[in-house]
Parts: sequence; structure tokens; C-alpha cells
Amino acid sequence: MIADNPWLDGLVRMGIVAVAVPLAVIILTYVERKVIGRLQMRLGPMRVGPYGTLQAVADTIKLLTKEDLRPQTADRWTFELAPFVVVVPVFLALVTLPFTAEGMVRDLGLGLFYIVAVSGVSIVGFVMAGWGSDNKYALLGGARAAAQLISYEIPLVMAVLAVAMVGQSLNLVELVDAQGRVPFIVWQPLAFVIFLVAGVAELYRQPFDIPVADSEVVGGPLVEYSGIRWSMFQMAEFVNLVVISVLGALIFLGGWNWPLGREVGLGLQLPLIFVKASAFIILFMWVRGSLPRLRIDQMMAFCWQVLLPFAFLQIIINGWVLVYDWPDWVLGALSGAATLAAGYLTYRAAHQMGEPVPPRLRRAGSVL
Amino acid sequence: MATEYRVPHEKELETIDVNVNVGPQHPATHGVFRMVLTVDGERVVDLDPVIGYMHRGAEKLSENCDYRQAIGYQDRTEYLGQFNAELCYVLAVEKLAGFQVPERAEYIRVILTELNRIASHHMFMGAFGTDVGLFGTSFMYSFRDREVIQDLFEEITGERLMYAYFRPGGVAWDVPDDFRERCREVVDVVGRGLEDIDGLMTENEVIVARCRGVSPLSPEDAINWGITGPMLRATGLKHDLRRAEPYCIYDRFDFDIPTGTQGDVYDRYLVRLEEMRQSLRIVEQALDQMPEGPIMAEGLKRTLRLPEGEVYMRNETPRGEYGIYLVSKGGDKPYRLKVRSPAFCSLSALKAMSVGSYVADTIINLGSFDIVLCEVDR
Repeated sequence: MIADNPWLDGLVRMGIVAVAVPLAVIILTYVERKVIGRLQMRLGPMRVGPYGTLQAVADTIKLLTKEDLRPQTADRWTFELAPFVVVVPVFLALVTLPFTAEGMVRDLGLGLFYIVAVSGVSIVGFVMAGWGSDNKYALLGGARAAAQLISYEIPLVMAVLAVAMVGQSLNLVELVDAQGRVPFIVWQPLAFVIFLVAGVAELYRQPFDIPVADSEVVGGPLVEYSGIRWSMFQMAEFVNLVVISVLGALIFLGGWNWPLGREVGLGLQLPLIFVKASAFIILFMWVRGSLPRLRIDQMMAFCWQVLLPFAFLQIIINGWVLVYDWPDWVLGALSGAATLAAGYLTYRAAHQMGEPVPPRLRRAGSVL
Repeated sequence: MATEYRVPHEKELETIDVNVNVGPQHPATHGVFRMVLTVDGERVVDLDPVIGYMHRGAEKLSENCDYRQAIGYQDRTEYLGQFNAELCYVLAVEKLAGFQVPERAEYIRVILTELNRIASHHMFMGAFGTDVGLFGTSFMYSFRDREVIQDLFEEITGERLMYAYFRPGGVAWDVPDDFRERCREVVDVVGRGLEDIDGLMTENEVIVARCRGVSPLSPEDAINWGITGPMLRATGLKHDLRRAEPYCIYDRFDFDIPTGTQGDVYDRYLVRLEEMRQSLRIVEQALDQMPEGPIMAEGLKRTLRLPEGEVYMRNETPRGEYGIYLVSKGGDKPYRLKVRSPAFCSLSALKAMSVGSYVADTIINLGSFDIVLCEVDR
């Protein structure tokens, strides 16, 4: 408890989150540019401030002072509300996300469920942005966003559910406490992989940046937005990145609990969660710098034909092992074997996709 | 009161195709190309290419310049393979006039032309990676090495883009003294950089899944459309003008002509990657054989006057068969100059290759053409 009055306590905590997270976003934009820069053998921002550290501040000022354009033919309310519909649910997810054993706004009994449910609302914002902009790229991108985000929501929920089965709880703090000895990634590698892939897709980053594909739909739903509204989308993306990373660190990597135990206190809990979440963030950036984009049908096929069946498989394995009360290592072994199978299938499918096909071009002159 | 249930739509939901205008300002159109896509969801139903945004009348302008001034328009026409285009023009003039080019100049030309081909393919690697969605990594990899080549060109010609270095009868001036060493350095750096690009893209699962089997082209179709260069070789046809009708001194070098098997986007990428390696081989051999000596044919007047006649010269540029048709009425200016543009011919097949595929495939298909719009529009 920070303050005695529960309402005051909640307000203070909300205030801290509301200041800290946008700050983290500003730092993350800088980190992302630096990391991607290094991957591409450049320096990244170097001009503003020492080592370009003030670049993110400069960008923020630029975005805040930029003219906020609205196309004349745009659907006014849809267009102007869309950024809020995207950004508010993302911030709502922060309500119950624990950064340390006591470092959350409110400890909800169904915290995991709440986060998954709330973050699903942003999809509506993307569709609104795509439809309201009255721009065909935006429309195409909005349709893609709807298809992709809804599809990948399901394996994400399934993966999280599998963890909840093993942890016997939907409360994030209890889930972390259950990982005192061994983090869940050991017992649930398959769920972890599915969570990782679906997480990247939910963040629409490479290789799943299909809704905002630069070279195809030129930013998709965001194409008509500028200034503060555009930066709200960007902020939502980065806050979502934080949420997914911290969530992954909590339910798969043991959060603040593993390997030091719960009693280490705030001084070590926060660095621990920071390191674990950063590992996710750096991984996402690394993937962004080295993988190209999938095509939309491949993306959908991967979701419905690989991720979803294997997510169900993980749940079946979990139920089976838990009902018969077999030891945990059986769970880990079965899940690990299933992970290898999923990896092999994906690898084979990726290479089979390029099997020789007969030339499709019709005879010259027959088309034009 | 009984509730009345209304039967929802019995027929399917009515849908319409949407026109999407891609270009002239679009990151994937490589310059100012415009295509009007008619899409049914994610499928391309129709495609209407619109060209001409870069038309400056380079052919007509050349008629008002004397034979040396017109070289500059070749740089501006084919702005990624400048030396290749210059070479074609210069060879055409020489063929008509019957100049004897000194050995050293021939070698300098071949070395620069091949390095230029590599630089152009670097541009392709970068832009193609971006088309497929590689967030600029391939771009930075390839431009790092392209920069090295351009520095060398700058040292030799004083220009980074519009060289105008080849002249009828030879080259404008001699290369610097440390030309050999500098070239070997460049070949080293580029050779190492190629391995980076290879490692990043060739075996990348996503690139394989995206590019293999996309918009395949059969050799017959490629010939019917007049497609040349790497796109033709990707279909499996071993046709390279450097071998088929050797110009300059290409018959003295030992190099392979890479070919693909199914003519899809992936094969076009592979062919270009291998072509870069072969060009490096040519440069290495040329550096070993390069003699000392004069760099300009003897007895040339200050104003070139060509005998009456006409000539067609073609050579292999990074995009394919670049042709110059030159008519002389005996004056100091070309009477007529016509450029045969390889990218224009490839682009004509775009519609036939793209209709029925996904929007994303159309984009990478266009990227695999490696078009230069200045050359298409002239």
C-alpha cells in the first residue's frame, strides 16, 4: 500500500504507471532505432544529444507540434476516435500487469483473462482507422489488420490458457509465485513458442507487419494520420510491446520469482523483470531487423493450420498430465516433443511452398 | 404476438472490385512508375501500368548534340548501369566510324562496366529486400558495398552518377596510377559483402516461402515478350550477349552464365546474385591482363564526323539487352538515335504475369524486374 485510502492508493499507482510507461515508450523508440541501426551496420541516431539520446525527445516534440491533418472526405468521428480506441485498451491492460510482487495498480483475480480480453479491443480501432480514413491503402490495411489480429488472438489466448492450467490460477501474482523453482518455459515450451509468435503478430511487427506493410499498403490504417494521432498509434504499439514482453516474462520466465525467490525485495525484483522483459523486446527487434514479411495467406494458414492445432495439443497434453497427476517432467518432455514437431512442420512447409510450379503466364498477346 | 423472423440475404454478399492506385509516389514502384490495380480483396483482378512520368525525350535531344555530347544522355537514361549504356552508345559510334580502340582502353571499359553491373545489382538486392519486407537491412548491406564501388568511380571519373567517361575511340583520360590496387581492394570488399547478402537473404525461410514459385515465366513466353537479361536467364535460357555475340574483349575472359530453372522471383534473385560473382571474376582477370599504353584511338578530330549510314549495337546491361540504333547523314550530329530499353520490354509483361496473384506478390514481382524508369521512359 502506497497510501492508506484505497482510492488514493489506486490513483497514485495509476499516476506512476501513466507517467512511467510513456517514458518507457520514448526510451524504447530510441532503443529500437539504435538496435536496428546496429543490425544494419549503421550507428542509428547520433546527432541530437550525446549518442543521439535526445533524438526521442526531439521526435516527440516534433510529433506534438505537427499539424493534425484530417482528410476532407474522411468519416470524422470514426477517424478521430480510432486512435483512442487503439490506445485506451492497451493502457487498460496495464492496470493489472504486475512489475513487481506489489508493483501493480490492482491485483485482479482474473488478471490474465482481463489483459487478454482488454487488449483485444484495439482491433476495432484499426478497423475504424482503416475505414474512416477514406483511403484505399488504409482500407486494405484495416481489413488485413482485422484478419490478422483476430486470428492471432486465438492462439495467444490458448497459449496463455495452457499456462494457467499448469499454474492453476488466472491471477498473475499467483502464477509467478508458482514458478519459484522452475519457470513455466521448461514445462510449456510449446505454449511459449506459440505465445512468442502470436505476440509478434499481435504487435504487427516483422514478419507479421502485413497490416502496415510499407512496400504494399504504405502504412495501412495509419497512412492518413499525422502528428499527435499518429504518435498515439505508435505509442499503442510500443506500450503493447511492453505489455506482451512483461507478460511473457511473468508467465513463462518466472517473473520476479525465479531464480532468486520472492523474498529478494523490490531492489532485485524490478531489475529481474526488467532484464527478462528486455530479452523479449530485443528479440522482437532482432527479428524485425532480419526477417522479411509473410504474405497474407501464408500468415493466415500458419495461424489456423499450425499455431491453433498445436495450441490445442498443448492444452490436451496439459489436461492429460494433470488429470493423471504425472510428474512435471512428462509435461515438459511431451511439450518439447510437440515443439520440435511444430518447428519441423513449419520448416518443411516453408520449403515446400517453393516447389516447382508450371509457368502460369498465358501465351503472349492473349491477355492484352 | 408472434415474432416474425425475416430471412437474411439468400444470395451471397455483394462485393465490388476496388481500384487501388499504386504510384507514381509509392515506395515499391522504384521511381515514378504507376500501376492501377483492380483488387478483389487481396487478389489482383486487373493491372494497368502507366509509364511516361520520366519522359524527357533523351533520344530527340541527342539529335541536337554532337557525338561526344550525346554520351551524357546515356548516363541519364540508364542511371544505374551508366557505364553499360555509355559503352553501348560508344560502341555504336565506333562501329559506324570504324575506330580502332587501344587495348588499355578496352580493359578499362570492361573493368568499369562489370563493376557497374555489380553496383546496379547491389541496388536490386537492396530494393528487392525492402519490397519483400526486410526493413532496410538488405539495403544497408548492399549500399555499404555499392558505396565502395562508387568511390572508385568518383576517383576515376570525377563523378558519382553521371560519368560520361567513355568516349568514341577510347576513354576520356587515363585511370589513376593506383588503379589496379584500388580495384583489387574493391573486388575484395565486394566479394566479402556478397557473402553477407547471401547469408541474409538466400536461405531465409520467409524469403524462400515468399519468392519461390511466384510469377514464374517460361522461356517461350520470355522470348515472346522480348524479355532479356537476368529475367530471361532465370527461365533457364543461357543467353548472354557477352557470350552470344562478344563485343569489346569479352571473348578473352572465362566466366559462367548463371541460369535459373523455373523463372520465378526467387530464380531472378539467385541469377543476379551469381552474376555479381561472375562479374567479379571478369574484373579480376581483366586486372591481371590489363596492359600499359595509349587510351585513345589515334587521329581523331576535335569534331567527330561520321560517314553516312546506320548501325544497331546492343550489349548486355544489368537489365538485359540494351540497344542503340544510330543513323548518320554524315554530319557531326546523329540524325536519329533510338534506344532499345530492356526494362521497357520486361515491364510490358507485368500485367500478364501479375493478374490473378496477390497484391503482395505483384509488388515483389515488380521488384524482381529491377526496372529503371528513366530507361523505360527515356
